[in-house]
Amino acid sequence: MPKTLNQLLPGETGVVTRVTGSGPVKRRIVDMGLVAGTPVKVQKAAPLGDPMEIKVKNFNLSLRKSEAALIEVQVG
Amino acid sequence: MTTASLTVALAGNPNSGKSTIFNNITGSHQHVGNYPGVTVERREGFRRFDGNDLLVVDLPGTYSLTAHSLDEVVARNVIIDEKPDIIVNILDTSNLERNLYLAVQLLELERPLVLALNMTDVAEKMGLKVDEAAMSRKLGIPVVRTVGNRNRGTDDLLRTVAEAASAAKHKPFTLNYGPEIEARIAQITQALASLTAVKYPQRWLALKLLENDQDVNKAVQILPGWSELKAQVEAARTQLKALLGDDPEIAFAEIRYRFVGEVYREVAVAGSDWAQTTSDKIDSVLTHRLYGLPIFFGVMWLLFNIVFTVGHYPQDWLQSGVKALSDFLARSMADSALKELLVDGVIGGVGSVITFLPNILLLFLGIALLEDTGYMARAAFVMDRVMRAVGLHGKSFIPLLLGFGCNVPAIMGTRTLENPRDRMVTILVSPLMSCSARLPVYTLLTAAFFPDYLAGSVLFSVYIFGVMLAVVMALLFRKTLFPGASEAFVMEMPPYHLPTLRSIVTQMWERSVLYLKKAGTLILAASILVWFLTNYPADVPYSKDYDQAKAQIEETFASQAADQVPLPLGIEAAEENTALLAELDQQRKDALVQLDKDQASEKLANSYAGQFGHLIEPTIRPLGFDWKIGVGLVSAVAAKEVLVSTLGTIYSVGEAKENPSSLAGALTDDPTFSPLVAYALMIFTLIYSPCLAALAVIRRETNSWKWTAFSFTYSTALAWLIAFAVYQTGTYLGF
Repeated sequence: MPKTLNQLLPGETGVVTRVTGSGPVKRRIVDMGLVAGTPVKVQKAAPLGDPMEIKVKNFNLSLRKSEAALIEVQVG
Repeated sequence: MTTASLTVALAGNPNSGKSTIFNNITGSHQHVGNYPGVTVERREGFRRFDGNDLLVVDLPGTYSLTAHSLDEVVARNVIIDEKPDIIVNILDTSNLERNLYLAVQLLELERPLVLALNMTDVAEKMGLKVDEAAMSRKLGIPVVRTVGNRNRGTDDLLRTVAEAASAAKHKPFTLNYGPEIEARIAQITQALASLTAVKYPQRWLALKLLENDQDVNKAVQILPGWSELKAQVEAARTQLKALLGDDPEIAFAEIRYRFVGEVYREVAVAGSDWAQTTSDKIDSVLTHRLYGLPIFFGVMWLLFNIVFTVGHYPQDWLQSGVKALSDFLARSMADSALKELLVDGVIGGVGSVITFLPNILLLFLGIALLEDTGYMARAAFVMDRVMRAVGLHGKSFIPLLLGFGCNVPAIMGTRTLENPRDRMVTILVSPLMSCSARLPVYTLLTAAFFPDYLAGSVLFSVYIFGVMLAVVMALLFRKTLFPGASEAFVMEMPPYHLPTLRSIVTQMWERSVLYLKKAGTLILAASILVWFLTNYPADVPYSKDYDQAKAQIEETFASQAADQVPLPLGIEAAEENTALLAELDQQRKDALVQLDKDQASEKLANSYAGQFGHLIEPTIRPLGFDWKIGVGLVSAVAAKEVLVSTLGTIYSVGEAKENPSSLAGALTDDPTFSPLVAYALMIFTLIYSPCLAALAVIRRETNSWKWTAFSFTYSTALAWLIAFAVYQTGTYLGF
């Protein structure tokens, strides 16, 4: 089922299918390794609900929910 | 062996342990400066190894080499322009896959490259094994293992660097982007061959043109023949976009990552995918949904107290040391203009520079600890939601908080912000945090004009007003001066680790030296200027002859003593005589002191600063201020607390520190003042120009006189407007 990364709950995993958006934000997301085919796991949300922390390629990354919304994932 | 001179550039991701390796190689032979025109730090060091003289350049830590970030542009321009003999890429082995992404981009720059697999101990603990021989074969470059924080593998790395440099030539690396893209690369490369004056590797340039890299575009558009090439590039980009279903730059990044993934799976045996590491366990407390914020505020409280409360003690020692020196000079030199310059101007100026030093050292100790342990990223993670509301980054919170202690370390603390726009906005609004130097002004005015039960609320309202204004101005600056979408927050949360003492001390020391060198000289010069303005011209027309008046007092004392004291003869009156004599002597001293104060007041009123105060009086009249406040405000640009001492001098009550209540009394007696004027003055003091030290640091940190001038102008204009609104509204409402 296709979702965007911000819709995943802590503990859920998925595989990146596509990064939408444009410009430096998109480029930065891709440079950090969030390219199609990459497995991700949501670690937690910050105390105030945003940003969120994920695990990708063996490291932890934090990103705002608005940025996570650009990342389409296949849940499973 | 012959001596060779080699330039080595260190590249790597942030948190890859690059600085530690740099320190291991160069020891204390290093130098920090700035890249020309930008605020990115340039670190260089020297090392003699096996008959080679190595010049090591530590490039800014980056994840990629795009034109979107200043650090990345600087890093790749050093490689392109300075053509280092060898590039050493430091990789965090425990995070190998993402680290290799930069390695591929470095390979594409076609300079000799050596890979250093750092933090192999951490990787092994995580169950990750890497076959460096296989990696070396696959990429065609030397690979060395290091453990930076235990200084292992450093000599091995240097030996490999020396060998790689003496090798006749390196095998060129080419990443195959697939037939569609390769066809376009070939086409652009061919067209580029006719442009002779290109410093870039041709294949790399073709890739960057297809990626629509802004920095490269700017560099080539001045070349002859660019316009035809531009049409070709644009056509190729459009075709690729249609073929690949995405922007070429994104597709290229994906292909690089795909290649990296292949290499990674070939050379590394990884542990389980989603293992909860020790860092994750620590984070389950430190960024906990409920405890996360309280812990963050606890850490901030600690930082604040270390910087300002602990810093207070050495500050006092330094101050008394400076005072002892100036007292000594005052006693041992003959009266002259030179003596005044030395004692009041130079030593006063040096004093104000070095009294900040304990704060600066402790601030950088705190920041180095926060950064090296990895907590800084967590602080940003926890606070980002709040700071984003103002259009800033989570990391902006720390410098702003420090502003309540002193704006100088606050502005220097903005170095932790990577995005230059966030950094500029934070620098511009941080002086709106009421620093501790403004507190004496507030307490003097509240004590003089507000009843005790209101004093606390008045003081609080000024502080809160500053914070609210900072919020409004930050939003405004974001919209007007630094518009456009804010940069991505996407930020690595590096694993926690114990910092090394050496790295902490080095960072602390380097940054403090930079402060002394760059800001210190400016503060000193400015302090001397202010001293000159408040003390010259030396010959001012006094309303009376003070020397004569003093002589008069001495004379009166002598005649009174002669008249009154010897009269009652007899032993029993001797005690009474002594008391009377003491009383008369006290009267004489008081009268002399009062004359000195009056003279100082007149001298200041007639000094250049005093004249300036009179000159600007019409402009500050609408705020309810007179020339005396004008003089005070002008001299308080040196440091805000100077307002109190200047007012003390003008109101002839001497140094206000010795006698605050007499100044408060003098102010209450002055009809110019009212609670409303006092409040307007507090607001004005809060907002107007940052003090000289802060301005000097702004100059240093922004590397621009323009922004320094802007900071001065906007804050002073804003202060005028708001004080005007406060005074006029208050008058209208009948306060």
